[in-house]
Amino acid sequence: MAETQIRNFNLNFGPQHPSAHGVLRLVLEMDGEIIERADPHIGLLHRGTEKLIEYKNYVQAVPYFDRLDYVSPQNQEHAFALAVEKLLDLEVPPRAQYIRVLYAEIGRVLNHIFTVCAFAMDTGAMTPMLWMFEEREKLMEFCERASGARMHVNYFRPGGVACDTPPELLDDIGAWAEQFPKMIDDCETLLTENRIFKERTVDIGVITAEQCFDWGFTGPNLRAAGVAWDLRKSQPYDVYDKMDFDLPVGKHGDCYDRYLVRIYEMRQCLRIIRQCLDNMPGGPCKTNDRKISPPPRAEMKNSMEALIHHFKLYTEGYHVPAGETYTAVEAPKGEFGVYLISDGTNKPYRCKIRAPGFAHLQGLNLLSKGHMLADVVANIGSLDVVFGEIDR
Amino acid sequence: MDLALKDLGDYIAGQLPQDILGTDVVRGELTVRARPEGIVKLLSFLRDDVSCRFKQLVDVCGVDFPERTPRFEVVYNLLSLINNTRVRVKIEADEKTPVPSVTEVFSSANWWEREAWDMFGIYFSNHPDLRRILTDYGFEGHPLRKDFPLTGYVEIRYDDAQKRVVYEPVKLTQEFRSFDFLSPWEGVQKMLPGDEKAVAEEEKEKS
Repeated sequence: MAETQIRNFNLNFGPQHPSAHGVLRLVLEMDGEIIERADPHIGLLHRGTEKLIEYKNYVQAVPYFDRLDYVSPQNQEHAFALAVEKLLDLEVPPRAQYIRVLYAEIGRVLNHIFTVCAFAMDTGAMTPMLWMFEEREKLMEFCERASGARMHVNYFRPGGVACDTPPELLDDIGAWAEQFPKMIDDCETLLTENRIFKERTVDIGVITAEQCFDWGFTGPNLRAAGVAWDLRKSQPYDVYDKMDFDLPVGKHGDCYDRYLVRIYEMRQCLRIIRQCLDNMPGGPCKTNDRKISPPPRAEMKNSMEALIHHFKLYTEGYHVPAGETYTAVEAPKGEFGVYLISDGTNKPYRCKIRAPGFAHLQGLNLLSKGHMLADVVANIGSLDVVFGEIDR
Repeated sequence: MDLALKDLGDYIAGQLPQDILGTDVVRGELTVRARPEGIVKLLSFLRDDVSCRFKQLVDVCGVDFPERTPRFEVVYNLLSLINNTRVRVKIEADEKTPVPSVTEVFSSANWWEREAWDMFGIYFSNHPDLRRILTDYGFEGHPLRKDFPLTGYVEIRYDDAQKRVVYEPVKLTQEFRSFDFLSPWEGVQKMLPGDEKAVAEEEKEKS
């Protein structure tokens, strides 16, 4: 029999494929149905956020952070607010810190609902998406009632939050948090012991702790590999040091563990939300330093100085002392960092955004090598990538 | 906290004196300034040394300072999960001299170095796959350089006649406006615009 030359086959996956989670173009080199190499081509959603921020003052830069990871916008703003506060050496009132932690956890639930359901959809389960998105809708309503916007909240500002939450809103969040565990249970009955789901995810895309360090994995993906590391615990910011919650840790580092870690994290989020609501102090929701945060509108009607402050803050903005900082928060996807360089003017000199998804997507080749084509979809879904933050 | 970081900085500088230019601790963050030639050695040391254990490279990025020579800085942010500390390593770079790639030490550096190449044009030697990453296929220029205009040079649109996307030089319907908000009262310059004429006249009278 004559020898036949077997050539590897190149497959273009995306950018319009629904399970590419947005605009991923993945060039797969395949030997039959086995992946030899996965080469993600990113940048299709590149908007030049970092460049734009260099031309905006500090308050104008906040909305850009909503548009990075648009599944959990608050958490990005949180990193930027903390970075600016660090450079300004600014103390944030306790109520603002509690509100921020509360909303950061709402953001985490928003994100994990989305990830778990989209992942389930990628692996063939339709129902979780339909059930859980109703909860997501409720959470977005809470965002809307606090900030006026459902998604791109622009709520966490350097110095506190944009405006105070009405007391009824906190009660409603509490009522929602009471019934949500039931929804997680329902979602779990569909997935956790589901044979099809387990066949698609167990032992797929295994990554060890050492590989996680090498490839810069953070967040739930790192914890699924058995590393108990969470910036909320190890380098607490705002009032996370007063919160009592557990860290879920996986054993195998496969897609199934990443799913379980996220499910468990949602339950822990509810604990933190509960504690925030119970211990929410009174007082101002943003700093009283009028050189940083604008005065209340009522005050502007009869105080000349308040009017001047308002005018100065919304034209020139405030000046941030020269210096640099790398400040990171535990965003739902992993470590979201802002490396901010200030040159003493009213605009950031450089604002590098460290997106967790960027590192995770980079590891896709490692995860997918040797797996089948269908497993790539499971891997992408379990890594939790959103192209807003990867492409920036 | 600051003291421990300072000790750590002194320790690192003491171990690799020929590769390190200096260390400082500002706002509880340790910065190590290093020579570009020794970056691979330094990062391997930081990863493997028992008292450092910076096992995770969190971020690599470039920064552009057009007025300096060499003009770029490459900044590596590292994290030690065991000691719960961060360190920032900085090296200087310019457009021509390549910076040694650290992909052998940390696999995650691969894309970040590609990004620094794409955005700033900092060339990394020994990089396995130094392609552009975020910009379009066939893009020219390095957008995060300070001399690259915010509006860019080209814009794209779908041309109905040619049935494809075409590139055209950017046309602004309104000139790009950049306001100088810096208040003249803060940091008053000794010479105001026009003052140089008076000085010139005074000198003329003297002579």
